[in-house]
Amino acid sequence: MITYKPENHLSLLAKVEAFAGDRLLGREEKSHYHQFKVRGQDAKSLIQFLRDEPGLGFEMFIDLTAVDYLRYPIAQPERFAVITTLLSPTLGIRVQVKAFVAEGDPRLPSLSDLYLGANWTEREVWDLYGIEFMGHPDLKRILMPDDYEGHPLRKDYPLRGRGERGNFPVYHATTQKPQGGV
Amino acid sequence: MYSYEKEIVERDENTVHMNVGPSHPAMHGTLRVKMEVKGERIMNTEQEIGFLHTGFEKLGEHRSYNQFITLTDRLNYFSPLSNNIGFALASEELLGITVPRRCQVIRTILAEMSRLADHSLCVGAMTMDLGAFTSILWTFVEREKLYDVFEAVTGTRLTSSYTRVGGLAFDLPADFEKRVTAILDSMEKTLDNLRGSFYKNRIFLDRTEGIGVITKEDAMSYGITGPMARASGVPYDIRTFRPYMIYNELKFEVPLYKEGDTLARYKIRIDEMAESISLVRQAMKLLEPGPINFEDQKRTLPDKTSTYGDMESLIHHFKLVMPGNDHGIHPPVSDIYSATEAPNGELGWHLVSDGTSNPYRVRIRPPSFINYPVLKQLLKGSMLADLVAILGSFNIIAGELDR
Amino acid sequence: MGVTGTTNDWATTTLETAVNWARANSLWPMPFGTACCGIEMMAAFMAKYDTARFGSEVMKFSPRQSDLLIVSGRISLKMMPVLQRIWEQMPEPKWCISMGACASSGGVFDTYTLIQGVDQFIPVDAYMPGCPPRPEAFLDALMMVQEKAKKGQAKSQEYVSADASSDPAKSVAYRTPDTHYRHGMDRSTPSREKSGG
Repeated sequence: MITYKPENHLSLLAKVEAFAGDRLLGREEKSHYHQFKVRGQDAKSLIQFLRDEPGLGFEMFIDLTAVDYLRYPIAQPERFAVITTLLSPTLGIRVQVKAFVAEGDPRLPSLSDLYLGANWTEREVWDLYGIEFMGHPDLKRILMPDDYEGHPLRKDYPLRGRGERGNFPVYHATTQKPQGGV
Repeated sequence: MYSYEKEIVERDENTVHMNVGPSHPAMHGTLRVKMEVKGERIMNTEQEIGFLHTGFEKLGEHRSYNQFITLTDRLNYFSPLSNNIGFALASEELLGITVPRRCQVIRTILAEMSRLADHSLCVGAMTMDLGAFTSILWTFVEREKLYDVFEAVTGTRLTSSYTRVGGLAFDLPADFEKRVTAILDSMEKTLDNLRGSFYKNRIFLDRTEGIGVITKEDAMSYGITGPMARASGVPYDIRTFRPYMIYNELKFEVPLYKEGDTLARYKIRIDEMAESISLVRQAMKLLEPGPINFEDQKRTLPDKTSTYGDMESLIHHFKLVMPGNDHGIHPPVSDIYSATEAPNGELGWHLVSDGTSNPYRVRIRPPSFINYPVLKQLLKGSMLADLVAILGSFNIIAGELDR
Repeated sequence: MGVTGTTNDWATTTLETAVNWARANSLWPMPFGTACCGIEMMAAFMAKYDTARFGSEVMKFSPRQSDLLIVSGRISLKMMPVLQRIWEQMPEPKWCISMGACASSGGVFDTYTLIQGVDQFIPVDAYMPGCPPRPEAFLDALMMVQEKAKKGQAKSQEYVSADASSDPAKSVAYRTPDTHYRHGMDRSTPSREKSGG
């Protein structure tokens, strides 16, 4: 079974810092994993390095999601962050890559050719946050209807929507007044 | 690795478009699969989801941590207690709380019992989809008994909302041990029945053996976890990867299969149920009297009886449940990823806190959503009838898939 | 049963009553189970609660063969057109049960994607409170629909004034049942007169 090996964090840190150098905006130590912060355009090369570098082997995709830092109390490099979580079966550790994406041009390279699981999760992030993944084979809405407007998980989108949920035809029985009868 | 870009579909005049779902008996809720079929052979598929998109993640930003526990019931409604426990653990990790031992033991027992409930419905529904109606009646009888225990413990059959941040809603009922022992015995008999009826059943084996094979590499690349991954030989289980609650004190073998086909996914669920029965039995022996809630009443709701009984607890209760930023639990400004082994796989919670009483962002990493996309590649070139067999073995739960 | 007189070996009734009685005791449900309530609905169909006792164990997933729509679970923006299509396909007379808080009012989910009560858009005969309701509540709602069917009533055939039906904002009119009128064998219904005439 794959077990958690905290001692492997050191070799991971050394390798990532040697590879990324200045491109690393920062890193944070969490309860059982490290989080590396990079810019959106650098994320893919770092993740490819994490997957393909001998001795790292982050082959298992865990999660890809996004956060909108519009109203966050602490200033962040950009408004959006795309967070990818990976697991290395050989090292027995998880890692997170946080890629910051600008509000005006929310785009970053797609991971769908590195991990099969990125296909749907990226579509979800596009659907709910409007962050575009360049090179994605089939980037379209996944949870919301195709003709939906807006990206509902953004912080400036109202919780109760913009009136879409009341916008359906009303099915009724008859508008002809019954004659006689009860 | 499977390539989506190299998909070439040879269409001719015999190619027929076929649509299954979203309201279809074999679609387990609200899934929709659009297919191009040539005769009985599936040439290409497209899965459409989102028919049950509820906005959990958006709603989580507008609810406090304890309020969100109520919503987690509705995620995976086959095993709501697993979601409750997963979210409570994640928010406790964010707050830096460790709950008392009795609480951990109770949570472990209930997590394993909800695994029993989830797997029993899955194996029953899967065999029902393949034409064996009796087995779902057997497993539902067991589920009803489990419901009775959940009702005695939590007050409801299905949507339990039993955990709180830093503890539990209330302690176990007096006759808990007696009720659980009775269930485990009858559950074992049902497992024997299920093994006896299907493991050597020629019809069942023909429909499942070698059907829908997921390779180990694909499983890891998709991020498939839980029984589906372990049926494909991925030795990953968060209970052993990073043991939480009291799993490091319990002896258990995580079942592992190499085949990766539908039959292996069926067998692994049966084996896991047997393991869960043994885990519950072991954990029951560790159940000792003691407090169930974290002692700091600034972060944990006080016991209900003392809320009604003494002044101080009442004040603490009000301070925690009142809306507004001056009240409630205030975790440090940070973000964490915490995961538990839910019946379907890794149930991850990515919580971002901005220091207020509501989470800034609640990301739910649902096992179903990550496990489901592989269906497209499995169906390519297989027979139409395999769809229900493969899908049944996935145990996709729409509430969790679409959130 | 609307039997007007019985002794040992004879009974009189109207044809309408007999048909309604037969309909009420063989409701064929179209289970539209989407979420948690769907699981409780399944529990109601299984061995312990057994809706076969009420003559409605035949779960027909084809709307054209069923006359009782059970909306059990939350209905999202994407699902509502599907639900309406299914409702449209069901033959008259038809009844609808809105099972659980989400289908009846949106429940705890007051979000951008969730329909706040299916009764805004399709007629509902029986509401079931609970999140999710117990199987007993399901059986209770089923019996309520049976009572309605015996009387020849159905929300789907109720009169709605023209302005109320054309304006979605006024669809609240559905929630207050007023005049019922008979359907089925009743020859006084306007639609029958027209098609027959």
